[in-house]
Amino acid sequence: MLIFERSRKNRRNPVQAPHAEPAAPGIPQRFRRRSRPLLPEVSELQVVRHYTRLSQQNYAIDTHFYPLGSCTMKYNPRGCNALASLPGFLSRHPLAPEESHGQGVLACLFELQEMLKVVTGMQGVSLTPMAGAQGEFAGMAMIRAYHDSRGDRERDEVLVPDAAHGTNPATAIMCGYKVREIPTDADGDVDIEALRQAVGPRTAGIMLTNPSTLGVFERRIHLIAEIVHEAGGLLYYDGANLNAILGKVRPGDMGFDVMHLNLHKTFATPHGGGGPGAGPVGVGERLLPFLPIPVVGRHEDGKYRWLTEKDLPRSIGRLSAHMGNTGILLRAYVYMRMLGAEGMERIAEFATLNANYLMKRLSESGFEMAYPRRRASHEFILTLKREAKETGANAMDFAKRLLDYGYHAPTTYFPLLVPECFLIEPTETEDKATLDGFVEAMRCIRREAENEPEKLQRAPHTLPVKRLDDVRAARKLDAVWKG
Amino acid sequence: MSNIPEELHYSRSHEWIRRNEDGTVTVGITDHAQDLLGDMVYVELPEPGQRLAAGDECMVVESVKAASDVYSPLSGEVVAVNDQLADTPELVNQDPYGEGWLFTLQPAEEGEPEELMGAESYRKLIESES
Amino acid sequence: MPFVPHTEEEIREMLEVIGVQRIEALFSEIPPELRAPSMEGMLPKALNEMEIGRLMRERAAQDGQPLCFVGAGAYEHHVPAAVWEIATRGEFYTAYTPYQAEASQGTLQLLYEYQTMMASLTGMEISNASLYDGASALAEAVLMAVRANRRSKSKRVLIPATVHPVYRKVVRTIVTHQGIEVVEVPYCTACGNVVPDSLAQYSEGDYAALVVPQPNFFGVLEEVDRLTDWAHTNGTLVIGLINPITAAILAPPGEWGETGADIACGEGQPLGIPLSSGGPYFGFLCCRESLVRQMPGRIVGRTVDLDGKAGFTLTLQAREQHIRRSKATSNICTNQGLMTTAATLYLSLLGPEGLERVASACHDNTRRLLEKVVAIEGVEPLFDGEFFHEVVLRVDLPVNRLLERLAGHQLLAGHSLAEDYPELGDAFLLCCTETKTEADLERFATLLRETMSEMRSS
Repeated sequence: MLIFERSRKNRRNPVQAPHAEPAAPGIPQRFRRRSRPLLPEVSELQVVRHYTRLSQQNYAIDTHFYPLGSCTMKYNPRGCNALASLPGFLSRHPLAPEESHGQGVLACLFELQEMLKVVTGMQGVSLTPMAGAQGEFAGMAMIRAYHDSRGDRERDEVLVPDAAHGTNPATAIMCGYKVREIPTDADGDVDIEALRQAVGPRTAGIMLTNPSTLGVFERRIHLIAEIVHEAGGLLYYDGANLNAILGKVRPGDMGFDVMHLNLHKTFATPHGGGGPGAGPVGVGERLLPFLPIPVVGRHEDGKYRWLTEKDLPRSIGRLSAHMGNTGILLRAYVYMRMLGAEGMERIAEFATLNANYLMKRLSESGFEMAYPRRRASHEFILTLKREAKETGANAMDFAKRLLDYGYHAPTTYFPLLVPECFLIEPTETEDKATLDGFVEAMRCIRREAENEPEKLQRAPHTLPVKRLDDVRAARKLDAVWKG
Repeated sequence: MSNIPEELHYSRSHEWIRRNEDGTVTVGITDHAQDLLGDMVYVELPEPGQRLAAGDECMVVESVKAASDVYSPLSGEVVAVNDQLADTPELVNQDPYGEGWLFTLQPAEEGEPEELMGAESYRKLIESES
Repeated sequence: MPFVPHTEEEIREMLEVIGVQRIEALFSEIPPELRAPSMEGMLPKALNEMEIGRLMRERAAQDGQPLCFVGAGAYEHHVPAAVWEIATRGEFYTAYTPYQAEASQGTLQLLYEYQTMMASLTGMEISNASLYDGASALAEAVLMAVRANRRSKSKRVLIPATVHPVYRKVVRTIVTHQGIEVVEVPYCTACGNVVPDSLAQYSEGDYAALVVPQPNFFGVLEEVDRLTDWAHTNGTLVIGLINPITAAILAPPGEWGETGADIACGEGQPLGIPLSSGGPYFGFLCCRESLVRQMPGRIVGRTVDLDGKAGFTLTLQAREQHIRRSKATSNICTNQGLMTTAATLYLSLLGPEGLERVASACHDNTRRLLEKVVAIEGVEPLFDGEFFHEVVLRVDLPVNRLLERLAGHQLLAGHSLAEDYPELGDAFLLCCTETKTEADLERFATLLRETMSEMRSS
């Protein structure tokens, strides 16, 4: 039932509304709206009950194991939420003067910038991008600004491995570049010969994720950096998989010139059912002048203030109305302070331990790995090609059946290179018993696939709805309730 | 095995071409192509009067999980488009060589472009791709 | 270590299954020369929750709780307690984007309800499931209009100088690489809005879109009907940029002119989102149904399951980057899910009448405050156009110094326009919402009067 269907005309909730008369007689007639907006007329209890019940129809980390590859669904500490939601932080207006009414929040943000520099090996950080994709945009725009500043305007191509996230090519296009795909070899590394063929005077840069979306570490990253740099291009690091190497390897040390971080992955800020995220960017020396503004600076007198157009005249500019998703940045700050140096170094260790353990146990259970000769990083790919062929139940059917067993499904059908695949990322916050339970569920589901494949094909069976008709949703678009 | 009518011509990018008596050609996507893409949900057609060069990306067919460009197999001017597809894109799945046609072109020049194939060659192409 | 559950014994068992002696061995594929230095000494030591709690409370308290009359794109409104109590339930707070629809019906139905509310509030047919914030939503709306305007094919857009200055900067950052040119439309310095007849100078040009802010950055109402009709006569699409609270009373973009605006967008923060130093907020984007294929961002659709029961799913995904890759409508993937959750709760708790009361109280309070302050010597309203809940005042003293001194008295009196609109002289923009009492208005007027007279005499 929709909230609108609970609505009754003239039901009011006066405790939430001001006492003012609703007419606003000062506004002339020609500016006024003619129709009344379709908002529900419901009581506070109805609202609370309706949305509490809706929430119970979701799978979430707080309720379920959520091994969604490439999304790093780790525990989101409640302390981060509570401390970022202190009244002083929530009520601060973005234009409140920073000197008299902003030193507290700016201190947190400045220290966050500094900590992110340490963990990435970069020289400068801007916190302003509001999500990973906006960080990518900022990064590629900086690469463009760098080449332009040198009068190097012939560079119009960005190299992207074929395994990359879809955001990479989409971002390159938004920055006015052409995209050139680089193939991957049989072991999941970038095809070096193809890369050598592709680079040249038109190369603006390359966008790489390392470990790649195939869940393996790109071993020849130094060689790639050398080839691209020699051709005059720059290296962009997509921070989507940073959880795999945090504390072990730093993008700055691998030769990357610019990167973004997904705080909602690596630094445990919540995904919120699809945002808000935060996508700070880090840069090496060459790109420092182009960082998006504002950036937090510290004066000699120890006071913090925003650096703006005046301080960074060559900046690529602003990306948000104010300064990005501060509330999310504060959560990441609290998380990093709770981890400290030692905790930070352990993230990759336990994320990798969990992934390799899960991979080994699934492999011993007879599931086929896409890259059996490689170590898993923080995630790995399993292919259900054989199961699909032998039983008729494909990766999507396995995924839907997992929901019945109380597990959120892994990422399915991505990366596109591997048929019938699951991309599985357990993260470091899951305990061994949970991983063992998942292996057991996968084994049960395979037995079901062998004996009664239609049980998978019609799954899920235990959720509020059964398999939904995506084709109908797209053909007969119903995105707004019409009563 | 997908249906490959003998009387049509085919491109490497899986469009079919029918030569009409009035000198125009009709273009669609093959049974094999619609099968790979799955249930169509939307077809973005070219505009009548639009001039196309052979190989131009001139329209898009969309299924739930994929979007695919359609390339103009010939140079020429679009003279008609299949408006029915706006409301019933599934015609491309149901009848790719008939009701599911995409657009009609007035070719710019006479003569058969070399790139187009007959049914036999196209059959071999899709066998080699699978 | 924090948030890692493994015991020593479990670690041993797991390593044994993998077949290695130490965790370190799992990193054998990483070339040794790449290994990072220890962070010991480079990062602070770990704090427990009690310790970081102490630090954060001190920092939060440091920024004070001034009486705030600043608007300029971020507005202080009452947020019902139930909004964030429900929005931060773990099932909403810690879920991912609803890719597995059957296990995400809560988020999906909520987004469908959100889309319905926003479409209705803006008077449009379709809404997406949100973008990052108002400024980036405007940039996406501009890109969308350029793609969608088949008649014009122009890559030039008209944006009035009465649009928020930072929004204009953000639009430039985001659209310039795609060859789009932004042409700035001047405003009337007497009335504070765009004079419809002045658009005649653009009639010969070819423009893909005209942005119409309502109310505009100065809080002044634009002649939206005439601006919209001019644009449509000239084959230009109209992007309405609105404050959703004011839409409870003001004509929404869908009602502008003869045929309504084509796209509506704006900042969703006023709908239950705390000020939070500028974010996270959310951007909304609505449009005519015929433009939906050009719309960026997630869209939720209602469909049926195998049993014919209604359910919800992400739809029209072929527009998006994970399918379309380099041909996507935008690179956006994550939006502001949790913020739209809060906004949906807010709009449900307020209802149509409650929202109208909020809007009305904002307007009334602003009107009353204006009466009080214009009585002060050296203060005058700058524009004679109709306003909603923001007003530009000119003072006969250096405006930045005045605002600074008032901040010293814990009064944030407004936002200085000296930097963005130097032509206006010593002017600032103030905002008054429903949160202000008669005593607050009195305090504002008194402090302003006293501070100005102190400054004169010193």
